[in-house]
Amino acid sequence: MSASDRGGPQARDVNRPRPSSRLQLALKDALVATAVAAALFVPLVALRTDIGAGGGLALRFRWKEAAILCGLVFLGRLALVLWTGRRGLRPSTAPGPWTDRLQQAGRLAAPAFLAVALVLPAIPGIDRYELDLGILVLTYVMLGWGLNIVVGLAGLLDLGYVAFYAVGAYSYALLAQYFGLSFWICLPLAGIFAAFWGILLGFPVLRLRGDYLAIVTLAFGEIIRVVLINWASFTGGPNGITGIPRPSFFGLPFSMAGGEGTFAGFFGLEPSVSHRVIFLYYLILGLALLTNWVTIRLRRQPLGRAWEALREDEIACRALGINVTTTKLSAFALGAMFGGFAGAFFATRQAFISPESFTFIESAIILAIVVLGGLGSQIGVAVAALVLIGGFEVFRGLEEWRMLVFGGAMVVIMVLRPRGLVGTRTPSIALGKKRTISGDLVGEGR
Amino acid sequence: MTPLLEVDRVSAGYGAVQALAEVSLHVMPGEIVTLIGANGAGKSTLLMTICGDPKPRMGRILLGGEDITGEATHLTMRRGLAQSPEGRRIFPRMSVYENLLMGAEALVKGDPKPQLEQVFTLFPRLKERLAQRGGTLSGGEQQMLAIGRALMSKPKLLLLDEPSLGLAPLVVRQIFGAIRALNAETGLTVLLVEQNANQALRLAHRGYVLVNGRITMEGEGLALLARPEIRDAYLGGGHG
Ligand SMILES: Nc1ncnc2c1ncn2[C@@H]1O[C@H](COP(=O)(O)OP(=O)(O)O)[C@@H](O)[C@H]1O
Ligand SMILES: [Mg+2]
Repeated sequence: MSASDRGGPQARDVNRPRPSSRLQLALKDALVATAVAAALFVPLVALRTDIGAGGGLALRFRWKEAAILCGLVFLGRLALVLWTGRRGLRPSTAPGPWTDRLQQAGRLAAPAFLAVALVLPAIPGIDRYELDLGILVLTYVMLGWGLNIVVGLAGLLDLGYVAFYAVGAYSYALLAQYFGLSFWICLPLAGIFAAFWGILLGFPVLRLRGDYLAIVTLAFGEIIRVVLINWASFTGGPNGITGIPRPSFFGLPFSMAGGEGTFAGFFGLEPSVSHRVIFLYYLILGLALLTNWVTIRLRRQPLGRAWEALREDEIACRALGINVTTTKLSAFALGAMFGGFAGAFFATRQAFISPESFTFIESAIILAIVVLGGLGSQIGVAVAALVLIGGFEVFRGLEEWRMLVFGGAMVVIMVLRPRGLVGTRTPSIALGKKRTISGDLVGEGR
Repeated sequence: MTPLLEVDRVSAGYGAVQALAEVSLHVMPGEIVTLIGANGAGKSTLLMTICGDPKPRMGRILLGGEDITGEATHLTMRRGLAQSPEGRRIFPRMSVYENLLMGAEALVKGDPKPQLEQVFTLFPRLKERLAQRGGTLSGGEQQMLAIGRALMSKPKLLLLDEPSLGLAPLVVRQIFGAIRALNAETGLTVLLVEQNANQALRLAHRGYVLVNGRITMEGEGLALLARPEIRDAYLGGGHG
């Protein structure tokens, strides 16, 4: 059977079932999947309530649509099972020939990405729109790298990361509004406040792991948002804060007037809106690179190694005399600090913030970036942010189908590469020659 | 002479579970002491309690004559105590070298190189596999790594929790041989917890028997091994 021959090395199974029983198995499997799909689609798709003529609710049946969807599931599952040659997919985590190639490409990818990012504003054809998109992507790269410290390195599942983004944004907005402080003073303060909140969150969850930790952090993110909405006298409530000062170029404001003492005037340039956009672009690039640099540096230090050891096995860490409390709190604090920096940047870029920008979906997107990129991999996170955020933008035309496309893409990636785009881990230190360690076979640290 | 470790009527447990009831034992400097007990007897709990996690509910723990009862674990581990925990618990995605370095975290000062050399002399196999991922080692190699990792902190007292668990007899002999050599050559004091009574008691100077969280017997290793109760309870079922 050609299908079985194409299954790659994993399909070379001694107990490979005979072709006829293979087909039977596949059919059975596809039927089960269809039954599950039917159970979901009947209530979700086939039954629909509309506002009836009399103003009441009227039930409408859409059996045809539901049947089509079930048929698609049946065919898709059948093809999948026949193609992979077994019930369900065996994900390729074993180091195949392309793992190596991917790794080599990865080594070149980082400098290439950096070079492109550095010269992007100067590339012909790159306009205001592309730069704005670049700023957006870089913001998420930075958030991804920040969360990567907590989730990827320390293994603490944080579903409320957006709270620190919010703390950073509101810190800057409120400090500017009430005290008239400038962006450059507020930026470190925003990071410090966010780190403080990170420690505050860290204390109660010190003994929690996995799902319990996820639930508490999720609640924490919501609490911050709800407080921002309801403390209207201080935060502006749902209306948010407007007129947040734009950043200046070390004291020189960007102004279209172009007089003495503005950026354009000082450098003798024609005043242009793009100056500020380019400045914002390099600002977020610098902040993101700072996040990356600090993370890479720390990973080679005892603290960073302790984070990774904590992710692998907390009990072993205790038995080795590692201070688990400070290790966890430092991960929360550092991750939160970079979230706070990104938040302050967000506030100054938008000049307007409201609690609506800090909903759970933001936390989910940032987490998706980290997981898709491969927990712990810096370059993976950057690529995932580019693909996810850039993709959202490119497929804007698809309207409501966009979410479906992305849900599907994420499922496919996680099925094919369950450890993320870059599932390999480079040792932080080595005696003699460095060798990468692929993420195959071994379960995630218990 | 003061014992290196003294556990004085210690009770401990988890929530409503009482795992240890007034356990007393001591380990003199340079000794190998074996604690044997069936599954669930409280052996691992005892070793973890010595390290301060969980904290004892009653009783005292002295290390080198100093009271360490209730001290934070990471501080206790800086006092020259090291543990190779049950099930080895090496860091599976980290390299052998990184695993070893994690053991040196509790070294307050100094260079890990001499310890590294000591570990390599004891287990040359680890040196060959330095860049390999911990999780891809064989069971015996993982146990060597767990012991090596514990040795990296230059301990005076080494706590070993069931190092023979799930290993082939030949490998067990190799590991126990290394423990004996370590004790003979460097004078390292060892508290060994085992279900494998035969080999573990042969290795030990003295032994204790733990049943349902209580010490029921103690004595010299070989003397304990000769007792009929021990033979019935711990050597039945085809052990050697
Ligand atoms: N983390 C824990 N939480 C609750 N009970 C535990 C925990 N660890 C061990 N126990 C209980 O404590 C008792 C002793 O367990 P343990 O010390 O692991 O025994 P051993 O190492 O001798 O097999 C057992 O009854 C076990 O169920
Ligand atoms: Mg045990």
